[in-house]
Amino acid sequence: MSDIKADVFLDITNLVCPMTFVKAKATMEDMEVGQIIEIRMNESEPIQNVPRSLKEEGHEILKVINNNDGTYTVFVKKGGQE
Amino acid sequence: MKEVNYNELKKGGFMRQVQKGYFSMRLRVVGGRLSAEQLKKIYEVANKYGRGYIHLTARQGVEIPFIKLEDIEAVKKELSEAGIEPGACGPRVRTITACQGSSICPNGIIDTTELANECDKRYYAQELPHKFKIGITGCGNNCLKAEENDLGIKGAVKPEWEKSNCTFCGLCQAVCPTKAIQIDEKNKEITIDRDKCTYCGRCVKSCPTNSWKGKPGYLLYFGGMFGNNIALGKQILPILFSKEDVHKVIQATLEFYKKYGKQGERFRNTIERVGWDIFKKELEKAIENERGDLDE
Repeated sequence: MSDIKADVFLDITNLVCPMTFVKAKATMEDMEVGQIIEIRMNESEPIQNVPRSLKEEGHEILKVINNNDGTYTVFVKKGGQE
Repeated sequence: MKEVNYNELKKGGFMRQVQKGYFSMRLRVVGGRLSAEQLKKIYEVANKYGRGYIHLTARQGVEIPFIKLEDIEAVKKELSEAGIEPGACGPRVRTITACQGSSICPNGIIDTTELANECDKRYYAQELPHKFKIGITGCGNNCLKAEENDLGIKGAVKPEWEKSNCTFCGLCQAVCPTKAIQIDEKNKEITIDRDKCTYCGRCVKSCPTNSWKGKPGYLLYFGGMFGNNIALGKQILPILFSKEDVHKVIQATLEFYKKYGKQGERFRNTIERVGWDIFKKELEKAIENERGDLDE
């Protein structure tokens, strides 16, 4: 569990690369800078690539939780000009 | 009628076809890269002298089938105008294959294109007891399948953790494919099991706060073959950090093969016959002046 409170929730466990990243990026475009998104994604390829790509887009990975059911929950703070 | 030296033609990249009097011409491609201009010339030659198509080989090569014996010189001349040379067949160093590497691919750890060009200049078409394949892959995803090659090179990173910026977010532990990383959030410590670490560098690339740092290096694999007999290349040296060391090792490998290999014997079989320990000693000798790099 996490004490981080998310503003937006997104589930990308039903998507495959590259739509996992595309969906995350598109959702974050509608958010305000500083807001936090909680993204649920599958283990393996999504967890290895999506957080890294979001980091490269200038966002901040706050927390990663292993749900122990083949999925992870990742908390990301939208970056950019405050 | 003038006698045809098929061996010479094969050496020069022309392979005899089933159809009498026709040859498939192999081109020299380095690291899977061709310019648009070169492709245009290949298109023209395939239309003019071949049958309007090319064959892409399993190792990033390009072959133009149905070249007539009498057209060979004209084809060579036309291709050379676009900077395309014939490729190598037979018992020698073959096409140096490479993935796109760090200059293009987000996963890439080493500049594979640059290394492929260097290897091509230094080793391509060197005469050996049998064919010899060198493949270079930028990271642990292994798109170029390093272990399939007589000598395979894989980009790698030796990770080191620095506590100062770490937020203990857990991403490194989540992305580590071998579960080598363990986070102790309570005591604010992270440990890495060096025996489990495969140097893939995912922790370094993923870390949001750059708390994982890593020195890029090279893992080398020897004796892979995927023909009638199949064997995976073995990693017998620790990660190398200097490119010059990599070249010293390649040079020593080729010299070992020239010295011990029997004509027609694949490199793997030479190592098996002579002994992995002897081969390993020769490689270590080649880089012994920089043993510091070998200490993990």
